[in-house]
Amino acid sequence: MSGQHPSTAHATPSFPWQYVIGFILSLVLTVIPLWLVLDHVWKPTPLVIGILLCAVLQIFVQLFMFMHFTHGDGNGPAYQTVILSIGFFFAIIFIGASIWIMSFGYQVQ
Amino acid sequence: MTTTAHAPAENHHGAGHIHVDYPDRPVEYQTEDGALKILGFWVFLATDLILFSCLFATFIVLRSHVDGGPTGKELFDIPSFVAETFILLTSSFTGGLATFEMHRDKRNRVVGWLIVTVLLGLSFVGLEVKEFVHMAMDGATLQRSAFLSAFFTLVGTHGCHVSLGILWMTGIIIQLVRFGINPITARKVFIVNMYWHFLDVVWVFLFTVVYLMGVM
Repeated sequence: MSGQHPSTAHATPSFPWQYVIGFILSLVLTVIPLWLVLDHVWKPTPLVIGILLCAVLQIFVQLFMFMHFTHGDGNGPAYQTVILSIGFFFAIIFIGASIWIMSFGYQVQ
Repeated sequence: MTTTAHAPAENHHGAGHIHVDYPDRPVEYQTEDGALKILGFWVFLATDLILFSCLFATFIVLRSHVDGGPTGKELFDIPSFVAETFILLTSSFTGGLATFEMHRDKRNRVVGWLIVTVLLGLSFVGLEVKEFVHMAMDGATLQRSAFLSAFFTLVGTHGCHVSLGILWMTGIIIQLVRFGINPITARKVFIVNMYWHFLDVVWVFLFTVVYLMGVM
């Protein structure tokens, strides 16, 4: 490359704290639901809510600690927050509405 | 935006010179093309999220329809899917470390972490193939019940994504070795890692909804 190659112009820390903290959080958020399920400490309904909550928190860990979700291109806003929000909106509607519709009859004939 | 009055012959790609539009941005965003491709990849991830949400909806609706056949509780091997989960979580972290070292312009470390990520990905796919073969040998095939059709489609689609990611990442490792870190290879490293982290998120939901709720 030529001498004007400016790729390290940005302040990058010397230790990847953000990634290490993200990794530890992701491990904790995996061990907790595993322990809750294997030890049968909670009743089914709170158990399902608890492990789903851990999974949702895991989305935030990956998006914010690993995927640079709120980082723009260094100039403009982070348009991907809008794009992915639409994706999540449709995902919630598809899954929620499917469960809701199918809950009216227990078995598909 | 900037008018390139000089050297119009610089336009061919891969020839060593890359036109940098924004030198003070992070390396993967330094070309207009790179910034657009990263944004475009977020659009792809949103659509892939919708694909997986349809398969999840199908699975959740059909998970109790075992047709007298094997249930998740009988089929799922806890140590096996727990190992798959920790392998994929770790590979998401090592992929992130590759992005981190890319921002520090350390080519060899980026290559090293990407190789670790690919190897973890291969061991994940290996465990999954072993699990599928084991299930099929016990008669739990795609045709056996609606539950198993939905299970193999959902988990198999994720496995195909991971397999594709392994091939893709291998190709990028070769390009890094040949061309080093520049705005084009950096953008590719950044995007393949976005894909990899996304697949980790999808797996967390497979782990929770398919496996943990299956053995409850």
